[in-house]
Amino acid sequence: MDDLFAARSQMALSLGFHIIFACIGMVMPFFMATSHYKYLKTKDTVYMDLTKAWSKGVAIFFATGAVSGTMLSFELGLLWPEFMLHAGPIFGMPFSLEGTAFFIEAIALGFFLYGWGRFNPWFHWFTGVIVGLSGLASGILVVAANGWMNSPSGFDYVNGEFLNIDPIAAMFNEAWFTQALHMTLAAFVATGFAVAGIHAYLLMKGENKAFHQKAFTIALIFGAVAAVLQPISGDISAKDIAVRQPAKLAAMEAHYHTEEAADLIIGGIPDEEAKEVNYAIKIPGALSFLAHGDFDAEVIGLDQFPEEHHPPVTVTHFAFQIMVGLGMILVGLSLLYFFSLWKKKNWLAQPWFLWLFALATPLGFIAVEAGWTVTEVGRQPWIIYEIMLTKDAVTPMPGISYSFYIFTAIYLSLTAIVGFLLVRQIKAVSQKPTLTPSTSSDS
Amino acid sequence: MLYVVIIFLCLSILLYVILGGADFGAGILEIVTPSSMRDKFRDTTYKTIGPIWEANHMWLIISIVILFVGFPSIYTMLSVHLHIPLALMLIGIIGRGTAFVFRHYDAYQDEMQKVYNLIFTYSSFITPLFLGLTFGAAVGGEIDPEANSFLGAYIQPWLNLFSIAVGLFTVAICGFLAAVFLVGEARKEEVQRLIIRKAKLFMVLTFVAGGLVFFASIIDEVPLVDLILTEWFTVGVLFLATAAMILLWFKLGRGDRKLDRFLGGFVVSAILLAFGYHYYPDIIIVKSGENLSLFNSAAPEKAISSLAWALMIGSLFILPALYYLLYSFQKPKLVE
Repeated sequence: MDDLFAARSQMALSLGFHIIFACIGMVMPFFMATSHYKYLKTKDTVYMDLTKAWSKGVAIFFATGAVSGTMLSFELGLLWPEFMLHAGPIFGMPFSLEGTAFFIEAIALGFFLYGWGRFNPWFHWFTGVIVGLSGLASGILVVAANGWMNSPSGFDYVNGEFLNIDPIAAMFNEAWFTQALHMTLAAFVATGFAVAGIHAYLLMKGENKAFHQKAFTIALIFGAVAAVLQPISGDISAKDIAVRQPAKLAAMEAHYHTEEAADLIIGGIPDEEAKEVNYAIKIPGALSFLAHGDFDAEVIGLDQFPEEHHPPVTVTHFAFQIMVGLGMILVGLSLLYFFSLWKKKNWLAQPWFLWLFALATPLGFIAVEAGWTVTEVGRQPWIIYEIMLTKDAVTPMPGISYSFYIFTAIYLSLTAIVGFLLVRQIKAVSQKPTLTPSTSSDS
Repeated sequence: MLYVVIIFLCLSILLYVILGGADFGAGILEIVTPSSMRDKFRDTTYKTIGPIWEANHMWLIISIVILFVGFPSIYTMLSVHLHIPLALMLIGIIGRGTAFVFRHYDAYQDEMQKVYNLIFTYSSFITPLFLGLTFGAAVGGEIDPEANSFLGAYIQPWLNLFSIAVGLFTVAICGFLAAVFLVGEARKEEVQRLIIRKAKLFMVLTFVAGGLVFFASIIDEVPLVDLILTEWFTVGVLFLATAAMILLWFKLGRGDRKLDRFLGGFVVSAILLAFGYHYYPDIIIVKSGENLSLFNSAAPEKAISSLAWALMIGSLFILPALYYLLYSFQKPKLVE
């Protein structure tokens, strides 16, 4: 394995791991706070049990997310020193602010987890809301830094030097809004469906119905609302990328040749040699419409870029198809759920309905990973779009593949342990009809 | 504005060494605690570091962000030449952070606890070892930007007596800090006696490791001893640190826990101050070429000023909240 590929794989692995924990750490606090709010309003102890059960999940995911985030702040330099040397001062603003948001989240989490019975109940509830809000803020800020890599701004690039640095302009880069909107919604969809799916599975097993029904409802309402909004955000993103990063859009669509009234390619297997796509469904003019709002508009293809600046087409195209396909399935499930609410159907007692949602548990997260694959692989071969090549940024230290193997082993074992803990946590919840007061708070 | 950033950097490193160090120290103390006492000891650590442990480790992230935004060439030089010890430190950070949560939040308290404990204690040792080693390597003068062999560029900068000595010194300091901090938290007398014994052990170890650092600096020809001993300021500060430690030896656990903690914090701050004063403003001493200082490696003015503003605004939110967190958990509970 060559060093560049090893470094890219290690970075992808670290980000792919971090994103799951970051999403859950960002969104679960809102579920927790909703349930806590319900408890404070109704005094129904099931909501209290649910809040405590979820808060343990939040603690596990927050800590793992914080650790993997710390890792990333080092890995940026360990793997991409040349990039950080120039990019650090320019795109550092969101990181500095994110440090604050993250710090506040950690403090608020300390208050929330250890604060049962210590504070005014509404103050205690409020600290839970702060956990969610500051988590969300950190997520949005970190996406600003990634947006800058896709849409570099806030400096003048003259003869290989970065001059007239303006960190504020860099933070408000053109990609930030669309990326942050899409990512925030995605975090809610993925977490909402994952949590609802687990509770649907437990409902199916007939355990502790009142508890799991409430849990399912809270999580799914967040997830389903976000899922229905997500296609709108996706459309905004597509139109943005069509103008800003046409090579990425072309790779997503496996769109090799520049043409007017371009077909939308669904599925298919790109042939990177022959520059065509086999076995695909083609909808005439639809790509032009999606990218530019006009069925006859010209869509730039990969032929407009020198071959060495093409992103890997197959990976980007497949990842894009997976993301959109799964997103559509989740929109369908959301509409089904809204239909059941509207018609007042008691489908939560129906095994087929619960099965559907139980099976959908991982879909949102697979879509998130696929979406990041589109963004990151689609940006290649650039680390700073059209300014610096990824291969020029990699560390000069040889033997990165060993580092990759070691960190892969670590991440795999961590994933296994977190999964194991989660199963045990869920088992413990379903064995007890009502939870004893949290062991974390009363010692 | 550069000075604002420098102050924040020094403050974050100091707070990380003291607060994060006490955290790591709790794990280190667990290694040297006899197994019969471990459960009782662990119980004390949970109560003390539980609510604040996440916040303690944020200081590391803040320091790193300040480095890569404000002093990118320092950050990249460390990342390239000290890749290996930094990666090992990261493994320690992962192990420790996750094991702490896992052992706390596992729904069942069974055999798995042993696995978590093992990871927790050993990574509590590894992390400060490599953190200190990185500090030592940064100023040890073995980093060679012009080296063209693997050994010279990526191994020799840190695999030397001086860096290892600084690493061990850091471990000793962490154990010392944790013991001093935990003394005031132990409710059972036997636990308290155990912790006082450990505190004294780590005071001795800190002295020994400190001596080792000086000894190693002579062998590795790191210009430390002669310079420190000819600067009245560093001599004075180190003298005060020693005096505070001797006072602590007799006072520890005998009454005022605030005094204990103040003295413990003072000892460590004084040591860092002496080293910081000695090297300021240099951060990386290189083998050939110009050393990297906080001035010659600072980012352009606009990056520095926006970083300074972000830090100042951030601290307006963080510091009161953090103070209130620490304050709240010092008070007894309202309802049991």
